[in-house]
Amino acid sequence: MKKQRIAAGVQSLLTEEATCLATTEAREPIYTRPDSLTDTPMRFCPGCTHGIAHRLIAEVLDELGIKQRTVAIATVGCSVFAYEFFDTDAVQAAHGRGPAVATGIKRCEPDTIVFTYQGDGDLAAIGLAEVMHAAARAENFTVIFINNAVFGMTQGQMAPTTLMGQKTTTTPRGRSIEQGGFPLNVCELLAQIPGVAYLERGTMTSPKYVRQAKRSVKKAFQTQMDGLGFSLVELVSSCPTWWHMKPLEALKWIEEVMLEQYPLKVFVDKLEAGE
Amino acid sequence: MPERELITGNEAAAEGAIAGGCRNFFGYPITPQNRIPEYMSEHLPEIGGVYIQAESEVAAINMVYGAAATGAWAMTTSSSPGISLMQEGLSYMIGSELPGVVVNMVRGGPGLGNIAPAQSDYWLATRGAGHGDGRCLTFAPFSIQEVYDLTGEAFPISQKYRNPVMILADAVLASMREPCQLHERRDPPKEKPPWAVGRGAESRERNIVNSLWIDPQVLEEVNWRIEHRYQQAAEDETRWTEHGADEPQILVCAYGISARICQTAVERATEAGISARLIRPISLFPFPSQVIRDWAERTRKVLVVELSMGQFVEDVRLAIEGACAVEFMGRTGGAVMTPAEVAERIIAMA
Repeated sequence: MKKQRIAAGVQSLLTEEATCLATTEAREPIYTRPDSLTDTPMRFCPGCTHGIAHRLIAEVLDELGIKQRTVAIATVGCSVFAYEFFDTDAVQAAHGRGPAVATGIKRCEPDTIVFTYQGDGDLAAIGLAEVMHAAARAENFTVIFINNAVFGMTQGQMAPTTLMGQKTTTTPRGRSIEQGGFPLNVCELLAQIPGVAYLERGTMTSPKYVRQAKRSVKKAFQTQMDGLGFSLVELVSSCPTWWHMKPLEALKWIEEVMLEQYPLKVFVDKLEAGE
Repeated sequence: MPERELITGNEAAAEGAIAGGCRNFFGYPITPQNRIPEYMSEHLPEIGGVYIQAESEVAAINMVYGAAATGAWAMTTSSSPGISLMQEGLSYMIGSELPGVVVNMVRGGPGLGNIAPAQSDYWLATRGAGHGDGRCLTFAPFSIQEVYDLTGEAFPISQKYRNPVMILADAVLASMREPCQLHERRDPPKEKPPWAVGRGAESRERNIVNSLWIDPQVLEEVNWRIEHRYQQAAEDETRWTEHGADEPQILVCAYGISARICQTAVERATEAGISARLIRPISLFPFPSQVIRDWAERTRKVLVVELSMGQFVEDVRLAIEGACAVEFMGRTGGAVMTPAEVAERIIAMA
C-alpha cells in the first residue's frame, strides 16, 4: 500500500516536471546564469554567501557591459578559485597582496576594470597595509571585501573581524581581549582616507539586502568607470560550516549579532555627491 | 642622448633599465640604492611611464607582478633586507611564469647589517627566490658600464624566459662613479604577449595568471616547463670573462666587485712571477660550470674570492666536482679585501 502511494507520488512528480520542462521551453527564461560567470559549478559550502556575492558581481559586469575589459583578482582563502568562476581575465594574487597587484595592473592598463575579491583574513589581517595604501593613493579599482568573521579556507580560525566572545578553532573559549584583542572595523578605518570614493557595507541575508548589496557593488564599479578613485564594498557574509550553524541560523546570526558590530552603512559616496 | 657620461651605478641601473625598454617602476626606499627610485620618479613620468612608491618591498614586488601580468615591462630595485621581503613575490612570479627585473644593491648582513658593500646575498639571488622549485636568472656586473648594459638586457631576457631576472651588484657599484657609454632609449614592444591580461580580451580566450595547481601532476608539468627554460638559459645565457695567463699556475674565481679587485691582484702576482688566470662569471644562474671545471683540471689550484663567508664558492666547488681542492678567501660584514692581500694569497698558493 505504502509502495503504491510512493509510486503514484513519483509518477505525479515526473508528470509535473515534464509539464515544467515543456513550459520552460516555450517561455523566455527569467533567471539565467550571468554571462560573466563560467559554467564551472561553485564548490562553496551549503549556505555560504560567496555564491551570491559572485553572482552579484557577475550581474553587475554584465549590466555595465564591462566583462571584456575586466581583470578579476583572486586572493587567498575561499576566494582563491575566483578565477575559475568569473569569466574574465584573472590574476591570482599572494595572500593579502591583491590591492598591490591591482595597482600594478590598473596603472599599466588604465582602461581595464580591475577588482579584487578578498576575505577578512586576506584583507584585514595580512593585507591591511596593501588595502590602506591603495586607498591612500586613490587607486582607481574596486575591492569586494567578504567579511565572515573567520578564516574559512583554513578551517575556522580567528580573523581580525571575529566578534568578541565568538568561538573559533583558535579562540576555543571565545575571543577575549587578552587573547585576540578587539575586532577591526575596516570600513570605519577606510572612511578616514580622502582617496576613498565609494565605501559601503552591505549583507546578503534577505532578498532586500541582496538587492541593496547589488546596488552598492554596481555603484562601486561605476565609481571606478568614472575614474573617481578607490571603491570598496564590504559584504557581511555567512560561514555556516565554521560557525557550526545551519544556513538559516547563520543568516539570522548575521542580522542579530554581526550587524551590531558591523552596521550597514554608506560611508562614502562621491558618485552620489557628483564629484 | 647617446653619449658618454660620468654616472653612479644607481644611475646606470636606472637609465640602463629605461634604455632597455622599462617603463614601469615600483619601489621602496632603502640605502644604498635610493638614487634609482629618485631617478625613475624624475624620468619615467616625462616619457609616459609609471612610477609608484610602494608602501613596502612586499607591495612593490606585487605591483611588478600585476604590471607584468598585463605584459608591461616592469622592475623594482632594493637592497638586501628589502630583497628578503620580495622573496614571496618572486616565487609567485616564477610560478605564474611572469617576467620582471629586480636590482639588488647588496649591503652587509644578516639582519639590518650595514650599508657597506657585500656579496652575501649570493644564495638569496641564485637559490632564494622564495619557496618552491624556482630560481631567478641572475647576472652580476663588475663596472658601471656593465650595470647599465646588463640592467637593460635583463628585460628582453626576462621576457624570453618568462622568469624574473635579478641584477646582483653591491654598495660599491651602487655609489661609485665611472664613465658610461649610453645608447638610445629603446621602446618596449607595442604588441602584448599572448598570455597577458587586460587588453584585447574580445578577440581571444580569457587569460589567467596563476600559480595554483591543485593536481600534483599538473604542477609537476608546470615545474618541468620552468626547468626546461632554465636549461635553455644555460645554453644561451651563460656568460663569463677570462683574464690573465694562458698557462696559469693558479685559477682565481670571483664575480662582481671582487673580480675587480682580483683583476689587479692577478696582474700583481704576474709581476711577482706567479701566473694566474681569473674567471669572472657574469651570469651566476645559469652558472659557467664547464669553463671553471676545464681550467681547474689544468691548474689543480683554485682560489675563490668573495665578500661573504663563502656562498659563491659552493657553486665553484659544485662545478669542479672534487677534481681538485678549492681555497677560499672572503671578507664579510661590509669589509673589503685589498688587491695586495689577494695577490699575496695567490703567490702563497703557487
